[in-house]
Amino acid sequence: MSGSFDILIVGIGGQGTILASNILGEACLIEGRSIRGAETHGMAQRGGSVESHIRIDGVHGPLIAPGQADLLISFDLLEALRYSHFLKPERAMVINRDMVHPTSVFTHKLAVPGEGEVIEALRKYDLRLIDADKLATEAGSPLSQNVVMLGAASSLMPLKPESLLEAVKRLVPRKTIEINAKAFEIGRKAGGKN
Amino acid sequence: MERKYLLGNEAIAHACLESGVDFVCGYPGTPSSEVIDTLRAQPERPFYLEWSVNEKVALENALAAAWCGVRALCTMKHVGLNVAADPLMTSAYTGVTGGLVIMSADDPFAHSSQNEQDTRCYAHFARVPCLDPSGVQEAHDLIPKAFELSEEFGLPVIFRPTTRICHSKGDVGLGPVVKSTRKGEFKKDPRQYVVIPAHTRILHKKLNEKQPAIRKRLVELGLNRYEIRGKTAIIASGIGISYVEELLPAGVSLMRISAYPIDEEWLAGFVQQHEKVLVIEELAPVVEEVVRQVAGTVPVLGKKNGYAPYEGELSPSAVAVILEKAGFIPANPYPPVVPVPDIPARPPILCAGCLHRSAFYAIKKVYKDAIYPSDIGCYTLGIQLGVVDTTICMGASITVASGIAHSGEPRDVICTIGDSTFLHTGIQGLLNAVYNGANITVVILDNRITAMTGHQPNPNTGLTSCGVESPPVSLDALCRACGVTFVETIDPYDVTGMTALLQEAKKRSGVKVIIAKQMCVIMARRSGVKRGKYIVDAETCNGCGTCVRFGCPAIEFSNEKARITDLCFGCAVCARLCPTGAIVREGRK
Repeated sequence: MSGSFDILIVGIGGQGTILASNILGEACLIEGRSIRGAETHGMAQRGGSVESHIRIDGVHGPLIAPGQADLLISFDLLEALRYSHFLKPERAMVINRDMVHPTSVFTHKLAVPGEGEVIEALRKYDLRLIDADKLATEAGSPLSQNVVMLGAASSLMPLKPESLLEAVKRLVPRKTIEINAKAFEIGRKAGGKN
Repeated sequence: MERKYLLGNEAIAHACLESGVDFVCGYPGTPSSEVIDTLRAQPERPFYLEWSVNEKVALENALAAAWCGVRALCTMKHVGLNVAADPLMTSAYTGVTGGLVIMSADDPFAHSSQNEQDTRCYAHFARVPCLDPSGVQEAHDLIPKAFELSEEFGLPVIFRPTTRICHSKGDVGLGPVVKSTRKGEFKKDPRQYVVIPAHTRILHKKLNEKQPAIRKRLVELGLNRYEIRGKTAIIASGIGISYVEELLPAGVSLMRISAYPIDEEWLAGFVQQHEKVLVIEELAPVVEEVVRQVAGTVPVLGKKNGYAPYEGELSPSAVAVILEKAGFIPANPYPPVVPVPDIPARPPILCAGCLHRSAFYAIKKVYKDAIYPSDIGCYTLGIQLGVVDTTICMGASITVASGIAHSGEPRDVICTIGDSTFLHTGIQGLLNAVYNGANITVVILDNRITAMTGHQPNPNTGLTSCGVESPPVSLDALCRACGVTFVETIDPYDVTGMTALLQEAKKRSGVKVIIAKQMCVIMARRSGVKRGKYIVDAETCNGCGTCVRFGCPAIEFSNEKARITDLCFGCAVCARLCPTGAIVREGRK
């Protein structure tokens, strides 16, 4: 095996998946470990489905093969379903319990699965549903949802929480350090239970 | 040595700083744009930097700087090199004295592009060296070598990363930034820089004579290298190397190709020590063709006999499939898995409050049964609204419009082009259409910036790449100078006004230009513009769906009522469209 711990972060362009990936990268640097990552840039970011591949201790290419991810973090319920085949069987999926409907659902009257259906379809995985909006608001800003999600997934990663928290502090805008540090801790607590 | 977690393009930019680059230019294009965006954001810039108006303009600027003995970097995406192909081909003849690195970023799988062309073919065509990194660290490490090779051989060097290098990240070891002391000086030498036939014939011969030494040097530098491990071998290039390394079975030899041209003699020595050779590379069979030339009786497996695809991008799982097909047992099998079917797609979409959506709405309303040529930019997403019928390359909306109009097609032709694309290669099409009497309407979607690639300024913005004020070009005056008499500028949020202008244009013959001008909504948000949000009054809403069909991502529809989400930026276009007046500004009744 390649020996890396592979995390896929998915969501919708603009939700902050890139900052989440940068935080993981910084945490690896703090621990002196190698890392590889790949992400979506360019036009695909305009409200489209986006994915960030992160390979902790990765030394080869940046891409995770479908069916090989050790952990999936999704900022949206529907995106969790879309990328679920990337995850190894029975592994953990940390999901923001919120679903933004693609605009085409309204303009073209497409069927979209409801929250219950998505959760049912993902039951074979170790699901951790997080009310990121609520928790981020509690931390001080709904914009800190991505950090809440990282906190919630932190106990499932082979990285020390101190390194992750330090990485959060280094990378978020200076004015928001306190809020994001709180968001990380609140997320971390929420991720502990199911 | 400092280690940082960097995007490929950021690592490339840093390597340029380590190389003491003197002159930087280019035209934005995914996946290349962040190199210049990183360099222009440096707090200290002891080098000249510009966003040029197109790739041909950029390359000619960079070439001239390199003629003056300074180190120049010119960046673009692969299709930009088509635009710059004219100076490229002859720059190999004139050569350079300062290092000239042309970064042309390829996009296998066309993540953000109109095709999947392979820049390595251009390097072969122009007979210039080409470096093709296998990962982010190597991309960084190859940049100083590219400048050195360029200076050693007096030739431009093409640097060809792909999307999975430019937009990958890794922990990268960085060297110290070097401040250059070079100063440009043009030494007159007409035999070198004036390519009249008598000179160019000699220059061509000189270029050809450089080739054997280049091939040898690339091997000496260790850019192309191998390890013998058994009787069978894999030859991989670019990012393909990293995928092969992840899957390499024990006892299989590996050759890594990161530079072109490949030394045939050296390659033959490797191939002929094996009983079977598999070639793994993205896009064109550039390596495979050379391997086949030298393989003799050794079987070569690759694209030409169906083991690997010609199109798309490689990945660990794609390489695992190729290995198995070719009789190698991958170290990790990566069995195929099936995605969950029938999930509604979430393609990129024009932003809530985007000026293009309202412009397209008005166009479709007035020109119901028309042909809609369009161009390359965010507004290509107008395909979702049914107002983009053609897109081929930068600047090809006005030209395609005039071609269709002159073909005898009886329907009206109305084309759309963004401000940056118009200034890139659109002006010539307009000039040609007026000169030759085309009967078309041109809508310039003017958002004051090059938005799609990450909001780079252009001559229309009023700022240079480094934030220095510059006189914004007058699109109106430019169009009039081309001979257009009907040129009108309007804010497309004013759908009524825009509709009236389009109706006026429709009545007239000849070339009509409407400039739909409004700031890109992302820029508006960044610069602190606040317009307030709009809401749907549920009692007044009759559920007719007019606003939903407008296609704004801020408008949802459930329980037979429309609803406006937090994405609203207050453009108010939906409020103007609502037949019952149910959409009102938040806080007002």
